[in-house]
Amino acid sequence: MHNATLTELSRRLHAKEVSSVEVAGYFLERIRAASTQLNAFITVDEEKTLAQARVADARIAQGGAHRLAGIPIAHKDLFCAKGWRTTCGSKILENFVAPYDAHVIERFNAAGAVILGKTNMDEFAMGSSNENSYFGPVKNPWDTRAVPGGSSGGSAAAVASRIAPAATGTDTGGSIRQPASFTGVSGLRPTYGRVSRYGMVAFASSLDQAGALAKSAEDLAMMLDVMAGFDARDSTCMERPKDDYVGGLARGVKGLRIGVPREYFSKDLARDVGEPILAAIDAYRRQGAAVVEVSLPNQHLSVPAYYVLAPAEASSNLARYDGVRYGHRAAEYGDLLDMYCKTRAQGFGAEAKRRILIGTYVLSHGYYDAYYLKAQQIRRLIARDFSEAFKACDVIMGPAAPCVAYDIGAKITDCVQMYLDDLYTIPINLAGLPGMSIPCGFGDRARPVGLQIVGNYWSEALMLSVAHAYQQATDWHTRMPAAFA
Amino acid sequence: MNWEVVIGLETHAQLTTASKIFSGASTRFGASPNTQVSAIDLAMPGTLPVLNKGAVERAIRFGLAVGGTIAPLSAFERKNYFYPDLPKGYQISQYVQPVVTGGGLAIVVGDKDGFVPLTRAHLEEDAGKLLHDAVAGRSGVDLNRAGTPLLEIVTEPAMRSAAEAVAYAKALHSLVRWIGICDGNMQEGSFRCDANVSVRRRGDPLGTRCEIKNLNSFRFLEKAIEFEVRRQVELIGDGGRVVQETRLFDPDRGETRPMRSKEDAQDYRYFPDPDLLPVAIAPQWIEEVRRSMPALPEALRRDFLGYGMSPYDAALLTESREKAEFFRASLAATKISQPVSLAHWVNGEMSALLNERNLDFAASPVAPRDFARLHDRVQDSTLSSKAAKEVLHAMTAGEGDPDAIIERKGLRQISDSGALEEAVREALAANPKLVEDYRAGKEKAFNALVGQVMKATKGKGNPQEVSRILRERLAS
Repeated sequence: MHNATLTELSRRLHAKEVSSVEVAGYFLERIRAASTQLNAFITVDEEKTLAQARVADARIAQGGAHRLAGIPIAHKDLFCAKGWRTTCGSKILENFVAPYDAHVIERFNAAGAVILGKTNMDEFAMGSSNENSYFGPVKNPWDTRAVPGGSSGGSAAAVASRIAPAATGTDTGGSIRQPASFTGVSGLRPTYGRVSRYGMVAFASSLDQAGALAKSAEDLAMMLDVMAGFDARDSTCMERPKDDYVGGLARGVKGLRIGVPREYFSKDLARDVGEPILAAIDAYRRQGAAVVEVSLPNQHLSVPAYYVLAPAEASSNLARYDGVRYGHRAAEYGDLLDMYCKTRAQGFGAEAKRRILIGTYVLSHGYYDAYYLKAQQIRRLIARDFSEAFKACDVIMGPAAPCVAYDIGAKITDCVQMYLDDLYTIPINLAGLPGMSIPCGFGDRARPVGLQIVGNYWSEALMLSVAHAYQQATDWHTRMPAAFA
Repeated sequence: MNWEVVIGLETHAQLTTASKIFSGASTRFGASPNTQVSAIDLAMPGTLPVLNKGAVERAIRFGLAVGGTIAPLSAFERKNYFYPDLPKGYQISQYVQPVVTGGGLAIVVGDKDGFVPLTRAHLEEDAGKLLHDAVAGRSGVDLNRAGTPLLEIVTEPAMRSAAEAVAYAKALHSLVRWIGICDGNMQEGSFRCDANVSVRRRGDPLGTRCEIKNLNSFRFLEKAIEFEVRRQVELIGDGGRVVQETRLFDPDRGETRPMRSKEDAQDYRYFPDPDLLPVAIAPQWIEEVRRSMPALPEALRRDFLGYGMSPYDAALLTESREKAEFFRASLAATKISQPVSLAHWVNGEMSALLNERNLDFAASPVAPRDFARLHDRVQDSTLSSKAAKEVLHAMTAGEGDPDAIIERKGLRQISDSGALEEAVREALAANPKLVEDYRAGKEKAFNALVGQVMKATKGKGNPQEVSRILRERLAS
């Protein structure tokens, strides 16, 4: 059952070959069995999950239920779900129980899907290795010595190890695509504004976007179909009809123009990653796609610009965690200032603190123009690079990360190196574009490699069909770590 | 020493929207603490602001009323600081691109007309408030007010006296109520002023200013400025220097006291709020708002001056939209059009009667149509002014329409010359001494004779008519 696609699970549930309670119970058991090895979940609540599964079974019995009805889905622990603890991987929200549902949760609930649990993540989605979680690091199912990537590391590990059929994630600088790449699963970050951010704990508002991680492009299409849609509660959510993601999967890639940026294959890219990527692009060529060289000349500016803008927004977004209304408050303090200082010093981890400090600094009087404003200008240049490139191609392909998953602890002391590793994913966030990562082979130590597919604005349907075509011709996406088979 | 005072005002006007500027929670005043607070106002994780268009519409209305420029694109920014009454750790405000720039307000100080130019007017959200010792020994936070829409209206440093500042504040107070964007309730904090005050020797560049916070009555505004001017002049006179700081006015002691100095000034780290899109205001929207605007006080004031009334009366009439409308409706209903006299009656007796009852013109128990008829009865000499006041009292007390009251109380003035001539004849016959005195040149004697006639007619004689007949008789 754990290798079944969402389509297959849905068929079995609707044919009443299996009940939602059975499916949920099956995955809950797998989560329990893997919990010490992976640490992929922060919160599992069997009672709540099974109660929801029973309701789903009743809906299926009535007939006419949504195709995701009864299917358990894991949610990154920054989507507020009523009655569920929502920690965002932080001590400061360790005991925060959300009084309302995020838009994304509402949509899954409305479809009759079941909440399987809340997945581990880097604190406030800040990190690329999942080592920044207050609840401990997540392990990579392919090799538990390795990181799963981040910040949606728990979701990625859960899908890779088949302890969850599919999961939600968020991607602010690569937090879906990079862990998808590191764990050999398919991940989609939609266009900024495609999915409502309402109820999603904010890291950097102008970059955050909810998406999904799953075993295939086909499953991602089913996930996006539920998540996408206008929501008036998020002013940055676009009032724009969603496309037929599932129905459009089989369109093929004949005549597709694939842009390959000449800047992508530099010395920064490890050979063991570059080779599978080039092989994948070759496979597309064999299926009738044309490969054209494009250029993204300002790509090298994206990491510095991102590490100004994202911390700037984060420093302000995280100000609300002050110990006054909810969340952690220091047990002992003197005056008000002391309460703030102790609460935040105890509540935030090192990376969150680092980014709050950077963000506060770049927004300060006298520095704003040199940092924040300059970074916004660079952001426009990067978006322009892409719009130029998309005149010559339909999608852009390349690596999602410059290397395969590294060992836990290997980079945690060198945060700048870790930031620099985001060079392939960050430009997409700065431009607000949609991006995917799909498994396309293995590199050193048999750790997975992901192919990044970047589309033009609102072209998720095309991107999903492009990924689907590859997955029809190859079987990388069906590989799973032997330890969890 | 020849000192010049320089004053600029910043006014926070709470807008009349039913819900908050970025959430659906109610803005009603006086609810028990924390009962009008949504997840958004509480800054729950993951919540997002959604702009209330009604607040923007009111800002546009204000911009049009003061002849300012409405920005086709304006933006919201975050003003970052920590305080328990500020749930998000930042206030959403406007910094670089406010909705309104420029424009100004006409003011009248004494009999002199003036004009106060505005710098800008921008939208922002209010904070909550701290309740000290509501629970003994502890401070609480009430977030009912958090997220209430405010329009902050900033003047140029253009006022030169406390009197001018008060005249401006009153004109602004009247205007925001006039155009319906603010209820103007100063006790409830719907309209509060901060004053920036500095002094300089005439001809010198601007002096260092102090900001006096939260002046919630016109009297406090005046007192605070006067105190502050005195303080600064004395300080400089003694060889000292004014330090830029924020001061609080203590109404009990009538003085301002330092609150925080510029050295403690926070760095608010303004930046565009990424949760909100820039606000696009299309010309069609502005036109729509323009069409819905009432006639403005300044235009009416000029109309009224055109009727020949004094600037004082015209200014008084345009103090509130209700009063001006009462006047206009009454004027339209009179058969004998005497706007100057009508203005006196509205500003005088009618205002006084309403004041006694704590009513405004909107709630007047006397309809403009009846008021107009009463005024006509004065003009056509049916009533003396004194009798008219009595009738108006009765009307205010709900005793019916003026004609019925006049008949019931028998207040009709005697203007019939037959009856009056008879009374005059009798008075002259009965008071030969007075007649003699008058003829000897004593004008006082004439007034005494008028008094005798009025007494004989029980006060109902038309005094003009009585005088006329008396003079005729005495001349013959």
